[in-house]
Amino acid sequence: MKSSGLSGTKGLSKMFSKETSLQLFKKICLCRNFELNVKKAFDTGRMPKIFIYLSLGQESAAAALSLAFPDVAQFSQHRAHSLYLCYGGSPQKLRDELLGLPIGCAGGMGGSASIHSPETRMFGHDGHMGTQVKIGLGYALGSNEKTLITMGDASAEEGYVLGAMGEAVTKKAPVLFVCMDNNLSILTEVKVRRSWTMVDEAMAKGMPAYDLPDDPWIIMHLVERVRNNLPAFLNIHYCRELWHGGTGCDGPPEWNRYELVKTELILLGFQQEVREIENSAAHYVENLWEDVLYPIKERA
Amino acid sequence: MTSAETIREITRKHLTENNGVILGQCLSAVGWVGGTVPEIPDHPNMIELSMDDTSGCGIAVGYALAGRKPIFICRYQGFMWYNAADFVNYAAKAKEMWGYKVPIFIRSIAMEIGAGPVAGGSHHGMIMRMPGIPVCAPMTPEEYRSVWDYFMKHDEPLYVSESRKGFAINREMPDITHDNADITLLPISSARLNAFEAVKILEKQGIKCNVIQLIWLKPFVVNDKMIDLLGNSRFGGIVIDTDYENGASKCIAFDIMQKTNKPTQVIGLEERSAGFAPHLDNPPPSTEKIVNKVRQIVNRH
Repeated sequence: MKSSGLSGTKGLSKMFSKETSLQLFKKICLCRNFELNVKKAFDTGRMPKIFIYLSLGQESAAAALSLAFPDVAQFSQHRAHSLYLCYGGSPQKLRDELLGLPIGCAGGMGGSASIHSPETRMFGHDGHMGTQVKIGLGYALGSNEKTLITMGDASAEEGYVLGAMGEAVTKKAPVLFVCMDNNLSILTEVKVRRSWTMVDEAMAKGMPAYDLPDDPWIIMHLVERVRNNLPAFLNIHYCRELWHGGTGCDGPPEWNRYELVKTELILLGFQQEVREIENSAAHYVENLWEDVLYPIKERA
Repeated sequence: MTSAETIREITRKHLTENNGVILGQCLSAVGWVGGTVPEIPDHPNMIELSMDDTSGCGIAVGYALAGRKPIFICRYQGFMWYNAADFVNYAAKAKEMWGYKVPIFIRSIAMEIGAGPVAGGSHHGMIMRMPGIPVCAPMTPEEYRSVWDYFMKHDEPLYVSESRKGFAINREMPDITHDNADITLLPISSARLNAFEAVKILEKQGIKCNVIQLIWLKPFVVNDKMIDLLGNSRFGGIVIDTDYENGASKCIAFDIMQKTNKPTQVIGLEERSAGFAPHLDNPPPSTEKIVNKVRQIVNRH
């Protein structure tokens, strides 16, 4: 992991309103509880054994992006549950998609990796790493809509991702590129795969680019700085808490952003609200998954 | 009006009246893609792409998602090996996956001769194996208008396998039919030109040929006309392709045989790499090659 310099900027959270910080935490809790319930369903055989890519550890970044860069078209790839939820995608439809039901967000065709949400303008992904970058770029140029394109640190290495980023600068595309960097392609670290950084690549192509931790207040601060100066690139370092695919875990993350955010909110004096939000989110998501995890016929 | 002029006018109208877009590399270079692209270089709907063969196709797919009905041009059909990925993996699947409409008019142009190992013949065979994307090979002005009308009335990507040899054609080319032919030729794309020449030679040698030109390769429909003409051909048929034989032509021949019970053979590019030297080239079947193939079949019987 690359933990140096990832502790965040002291006092930055105070620049944001109480409402914004609590909204942020609500989204984080929704995502986290959702993924924990998926894990429970998967581990107990209550859902099909499809390829699943859980975004535990990524929720703070997703929540921050949705608040600082709202009402945009979104192109993502696998491990996008948190983005889907934070941008307002239906939790019920995502649950049903993971269960392979025709009422799922992609009618069962998308599974975990190729989800979409037309209501929130989140487009589906075809499963080839990084294709969302070039397709999202074309959408942004064709529609002139602000567009969020996310990728992982591995898919960022695809040649066509780098080509598309160059094209985005040439054509002045209204795109915010975000690399969710957990330093791993499955288990192979970045330093084994390449000697260069995505931020250097983006800057060399001529767009503003930043390396930053998954501290949500830093993300919101930087997005506010660049969102009217697109295209721009953010490389956000975070800890993937579970395996690349499936629900396995190799131990605690190097840092737990969820706990760090919670602590920060408590230091800001929002202890009571934090507790209420945590309880409310846990209750909501447990209800959402109740019939899956505890079928009525088995409750007696 | 030639086919090139027809394509150019269709394109001009699409850019200026439909808010459509055209995307490709070096669109405004010498010749404007064989005279098929209108000379309006600063038009905002004419998108010059970088030379990255792996990202341009995705950008075109994005334009289609945005409702711009893009025309995508691949100047050498062999370059589709890099350019095809997002057309077949995203555009063609998106309707079934998510219900998206991703209409893209993919103009993929075969150079055919003297272009070396990569940029030579047609490559429609690689596209045809994938679901969700029709494939056609128009040559004449009216055929272009017809496939364009199809595209505008549908919401799916359309692969248009073109030949530079077709650009100069300024007439329609009707099929040749006989009640009792010896054999039926089913040529694709520019092989149609050589097939017609071959028929003249064979006629003088007493061999009567039908010619049914194949414009729609996928979905491929074995129609009543084919069934009748093949059924009445003494020695069956030959599919004549501008791609390698282990692709479109064998699939089409199989479908025809299933419906007609007549032996249908194929000839296309030879099973070898093309070189740049003229004697090492691998062009579509020549007139002479078609004549020899027909004679071989007829004489065998």
